[in-house]
Amino acid sequence: MREELQKIENETLAAVQSAESIKALEELKVRFLGKKGVLTLILKKMGGLSPEERPVIGKLANETRFKIESAIAAKSFELEKAALNQSLIAEKIDVTMPGKPFKLGKKHPLSKVLDEVKEIFLGMGYSIAEGPEIETDYYNFESLNIPRNHPARDIQDTFYIDENVVLRTQTSPVQMRYMQSNKPPIRIIAPGRVYRSDNVDATHSPLFHQIEGLVVDTGIRMSDLKGSLETFAKRLYGGEAQVRFRPHHFPFTEPSCEMDVMCFSCHGEGCRLCKGEGWIEILGAGMVHPAVLENGGVDSEKYSGFAFGIGLERITMRRYNLDDMRLLFENDVRFLEQF
Amino acid sequence: MDLSVKWLKDFVDIEIEPKKFAADLTMSGSKVESWEKEGGEISNVVTGRVEEISHHPDSDHLLVCKVNIGKPEPLQIVTGAANLKTGDIVPVALDNSSLPGGRKIKKGKLRGVLSEGMLCSLTELGLSNHDFPYAAEDGIFVIEEPCEPGQDVCSAIGLDDVKVEFEITPNRPDCLSIIGLARETAATYGLPLKKLEPAVRGGAGNISDLLSVEVSSPELCPRYVARIVRNVKIAPSPRWMRERLRACGVRPINNLVDITNYVMLEYGQPMHAFDLRCVGGARINVRTARPGEKIMTLDGVERSLSENMLVIADAEKPVAVAGIMGGEYSGIMDDTSAVVFESACFSGAGVRVTAKKLGMRTESSSRFEKGLDPQNCLPAVNRACELAELLGAGEVADGAIDVDNSDKTPLVLDLNIGWINKFIGIEASADEMRRILTSLDFICEGNKITVPSFRSDVRHKADLSEEIARFYGYDKIPVTQVRGAADGRLTPRQSFDRKVSEVLVALGADEIMTYSFISPKYYDKILLPADSPLRKSVVIANPLGEDTSVMRKTAVPSMLETLSRNYNNRNASALLFELAKEYIPVEGRQLPDEPLKCVVGLYGAGADFFAIKGIVQALLGEIRLQDYLIEAETGISYLHPGRAAALKIKGESAGHIGEVHPSALKNYGIDVKAYIAYLDMSALFENISPEINYAPMPRFPAVSRDLAIICGEETSAAEIEAVIKKAFGAVLEKLSLFDLYRGAQIGKGKKSMAYNLTLRSKERTLSDSDIEPKLRKALKGLEEIGAGLRG
Repeated sequence: MREELQKIENETLAAVQSAESIKALEELKVRFLGKKGVLTLILKKMGGLSPEERPVIGKLANETRFKIESAIAAKSFELEKAALNQSLIAEKIDVTMPGKPFKLGKKHPLSKVLDEVKEIFLGMGYSIAEGPEIETDYYNFESLNIPRNHPARDIQDTFYIDENVVLRTQTSPVQMRYMQSNKPPIRIIAPGRVYRSDNVDATHSPLFHQIEGLVVDTGIRMSDLKGSLETFAKRLYGGEAQVRFRPHHFPFTEPSCEMDVMCFSCHGEGCRLCKGEGWIEILGAGMVHPAVLENGGVDSEKYSGFAFGIGLERITMRRYNLDDMRLLFENDVRFLEQF
Repeated sequence: MDLSVKWLKDFVDIEIEPKKFAADLTMSGSKVESWEKEGGEISNVVTGRVEEISHHPDSDHLLVCKVNIGKPEPLQIVTGAANLKTGDIVPVALDNSSLPGGRKIKKGKLRGVLSEGMLCSLTELGLSNHDFPYAAEDGIFVIEEPCEPGQDVCSAIGLDDVKVEFEITPNRPDCLSIIGLARETAATYGLPLKKLEPAVRGGAGNISDLLSVEVSSPELCPRYVARIVRNVKIAPSPRWMRERLRACGVRPINNLVDITNYVMLEYGQPMHAFDLRCVGGARINVRTARPGEKIMTLDGVERSLSENMLVIADAEKPVAVAGIMGGEYSGIMDDTSAVVFESACFSGAGVRVTAKKLGMRTESSSRFEKGLDPQNCLPAVNRACELAELLGAGEVADGAIDVDNSDKTPLVLDLNIGWINKFIGIEASADEMRRILTSLDFICEGNKITVPSFRSDVRHKADLSEEIARFYGYDKIPVTQVRGAADGRLTPRQSFDRKVSEVLVALGADEIMTYSFISPKYYDKILLPADSPLRKSVVIANPLGEDTSVMRKTAVPSMLETLSRNYNNRNASALLFELAKEYIPVEGRQLPDEPLKCVVGLYGAGADFFAIKGIVQALLGEIRLQDYLIEAETGISYLHPGRAAALKIKGESAGHIGEVHPSALKNYGIDVKAYIAYLDMSALFENISPEINYAPMPRFPAVSRDLAIICGEETSAAEIEAVIKKAFGAVLEKLSLFDLYRGAQIGKGKKSMAYNLTLRSKERTLSDSDIEPKLRKALKGLEEIGAGLRG
C-alpha cells in the first residue's frame, strides 16, 4: 500500500501541476479525494492491514491527502490569480474619457459675494437688518439730513411713486428705521436693492445693491470706523490689502470719508484698471451726523456711531473682473454657470 | 471744477509736482479726479522764422520754405498752406516730434523734395482761434507772441499750464472757485493765502444817475449788487486771461463776457452782464414772473414762465431768468456801449426748482443751487470792474447799487476740544485745532469759533471736527476696534431663505437676479384677465421707460423673460430660480407689502411637469415641510389648465407648479415646453418643522409587494394612493409608482398603474397573514372608486 499511496501522490501532484483551469482542479479533487475517489478507495482497504501497520499507513495516507490538498489549494490560488490578472487586463478602460455629468446649480455672483460680506460682518458681531425698497421720502431723505430741494437729491436721481413715496435711492433709510425700533448698542448691516434713474450701460443700472452698515454705542470714535472697515477690507481682499481713507461728503455723516483699496494690479503706481489713481474706491462711510442720531431717537450727547455703504456690484465686478454690469441682470446660463 | 495752476499761484506761492499736489489735496478733502500738463502731448515742436519761400518744382500748391529754428542752418520744410510770408514766426514740428492725438512727425520727401518737419496749424496743436483770435482759421498758425526762433512752442504761446480737475462735493460751493481751492491748498501746506483787494478807479459818472434796482422778492434774492461800465470797447481778452479760461475749460469769447466768466471762476460768484440799452426804463426789478410771461433765453428757446419763478425784469419785461440764463436780447453785442454787471445771490432752492421746471441747468444755476455766500457779491463785482479797467474794456461808473437783505449775523460755535478728540479718536492740542481752523478763515477767539460766511456747510461741532480731522490727516487717525462683544447671527427667517437657495443650487438650479420693475404689458404676456387684481401695481411716476414702469406684483414674468432670453440665446436647457420680492399695494397704507417668493423655471432635455414637481418636493423635504398637498389647479392664467397644480399647506394655497400655457410660451417666443414653480416663502417658513427627529434604524425586515391597478383615465393617482394608504395604515413604509401603462391590452380610456409597496412593522417580521386582510381591504376600496387589480 505504501507504494500505491506513493504512486497516487506522484500522479496526482503531477496532474495538479499540469491542471489549466479551476474546473480541472475541481475534477482532480473529486477524482482523488472525493467520496468515490482513489484515495478514499485505498483508505477503505485499510481494514485488511495489521494492527501495527494500520496507524503507520493511516498516518501516511493523511500526509498524502494533506500534500494533495495543499497542492490543489496552491495551484488554485495560482490559477485564480492568473485569471484575475487576465480579467483586469481585459477590463482596462480609457480613464481620459469624460466623467458622467452631474449638474449642480450656481448661486448668482452677487449672492456669492454678498454671502461672503455677510459672513465677514456676522463674524464681527453684526446682525442683518432689512427695510422696505419702496420707502417714504422721510426715511430716504428728510430724516437723513436731505431736505427737499437739497442739492444732494440731484446726485441720486430718484424714482418717485408719488410726492411722498420713492424707490429708495440708498439703504441708509434702514439705519433710521433700525434706530427707531432698537436701542444701542447697535451693530448691523442692511443689504438690499436700491434704485436710481440711470440708464442702463456697462457701468450703470437703474437697480443695484448696497450694503449699509451702522454701529451705535457709547464712545464710538472715527478711529473705530477705520479699524472696522480696514478689518473688513483685509478679510474680503486678503491680509496684504492696503486701504486709505480720504475725506468726502455725505449729508448724513460728519466727518465723512471714502475708503479706497490700493490697486491690486499696479500697487498704487497708477494703471488703466484704477484709471491712473493707484487706488480703487470701495465704500463711503462716516460718523453718523448728530441730527440723524436724534431723528432715530438716539441721544447724540450720550451715543455716537459710524455708518458705511458698500456697493455690491462694484466689489463683485472687481472680484470677477467683470467689465459690464448688464451681464449681472441678463442671467444667461453661460454666464451664471461660471461662478 | 478745473483749476489752472498758474492762476492758483496768484494766491498761494507753491512749487510742486502735479502728482504730489493731486495726492495731497485729495487727502485733505478736495478730490482730484485727474490732472494734465497742457501741451503734454506736444513734444519737439519749436518756433521758427520763415526766411525764404519758393515753389515746389513738381507741385502747383506746395511751397518749400527755409525756416530758421535758431540753428546755424535753416531747415527745409514743404507746406501746403498759402498764408505765409517771409518773416512769419510759425510752429515747427521737427523730425521725431509728437502732436495731440498721438500724431508723430518724421522727416521725409514730399514729391521728391526733402521736408525736415512740418509747419503746424492751430488745430494741429489742439487749439482753436478762440485761444488765438488773431490767427487764421485755416492755414499755418502765424504766432504774434513775442518769441525767438528755436523756442519751445508751448512756452512761447503759453501752453504750459497744469490743469487739475477736482470733484467738488455739493456741500462745498466755495471750492468751485480758484480762491476756494487756493484756501484749501494753503491750509494743506501751511502756506499763507494771498488775499485780493480789488481796486476800482471809476470816474465815469455815478451809477445812481444811470440805473435803479428794486428787489420785490427778497426771500428769493437776499442780495443784488450792480455796477456799470461805460464806453465799452468789445475786443478779445488778453492772452493771459484767455489762457486761464482755457485751462479751466471755458471758451474765451470777448473781453466783457470773459471778465464775467473769469470772476465766476476766481470768486465762485456767477455774474451776468446786461446791455444797459436793453434795460427798459433803466430800472431793474427782481421779481417773480407774472402770469403768462415769456422770455427768449440766450440759447434761442422761448420759455413760458410760471408765477413762482424769479426773473430780472426791466420796467416792462423779464430780461433774464434769475441765476439761470439771460434773455437773448439783453446780452452783450458788438455795439454795446454800457454794461450792467450783476452780482447777486439767489436762493438755492428757488433756482433749483425753476431750473428743473424749465429743464435747463447752467453753470450758473448749478452753483446757485448749492447755496452761495451773499457776502461774496460785492468783492466779485468790484473785481469785474477792476478787470474791465485793467483790460481797457471800458470806464467804470462810481458806486454800486447794493440791495442787501442778507443775514449778516455770523455763526459762532464752541470749540469742544475734548469732545472732538474723543469723537475722532485722536489727541490734538487746542492750538493745533485753532491753527487748522484759522488757516480755513475761521476766526478763533479762545474757544469761540466764528464760521466764515462762505462756509454755510459748517453748522455743528461735528462739522468742526471734520475740518480738524481732514487737516490733522485722516491717515494719522489711529486704527482701533469697536469695544465690547456683540452677538452677530442670522435670524431664523434669514437662515431659512439661505437654506432654500442652497437646496435649489444642490438640485441643479442656477440663481438669477432680475429687475423689480416690469412693463405693465407683461401682465398681458402672462395672460392675466383684464380685471385681474394682480394688475393693480405700484406705478413709478417718472420711469426710465415703459419697460420698467411698474413694480412687479408677480415675479413670474421676470422668470419667463429670463427663460425666454436663454432660449433665444440658444441655451439648450435651463433650470433657474430666483428669490424675488413682489410689491403689493395695500389699501389704506402708504407703503406696499414686499413679500418674498421663490420662483423656479425650467425648460430643455428631461423637462416635464414631474421634473419640476420633483424639484419642489425635494425642496419641501429638505426644508422639513411635511404636511402639504399637491392637487390639480385650473385657475392660473399662465399655466396649462390640465397640467397645473396647487401647493396647499393646511388647506391654504402656498404656491403652484405647472407647465407654462402654450399661449404664454408663444408670447415669450419659447418654442419648447417650459415649467414654472411659484412658492410663497413666508407660507413655507411658517410651516416647517423646527427640529430634525432621528428615526431609529428598522429592526425587522421589510416585505415588498407590487400592485398593478387598472382604472379609468379620470381616476387620479392621489385617489388610488389614498385608498392604499388607508388600507395598510402604519405598516406602509413607502409607496412608489414604478410603471404607467396605456394601450390595447387594457382597452381605451383606461390606464394601468404599477405600485411598489414597502411594508414593515416595528414589532415583528410581517407574515402573509398580516398582509392579506389589508390587501383585501385595499382591493375593496379600489373597487369602490372603480379600480381593480390588473390580470
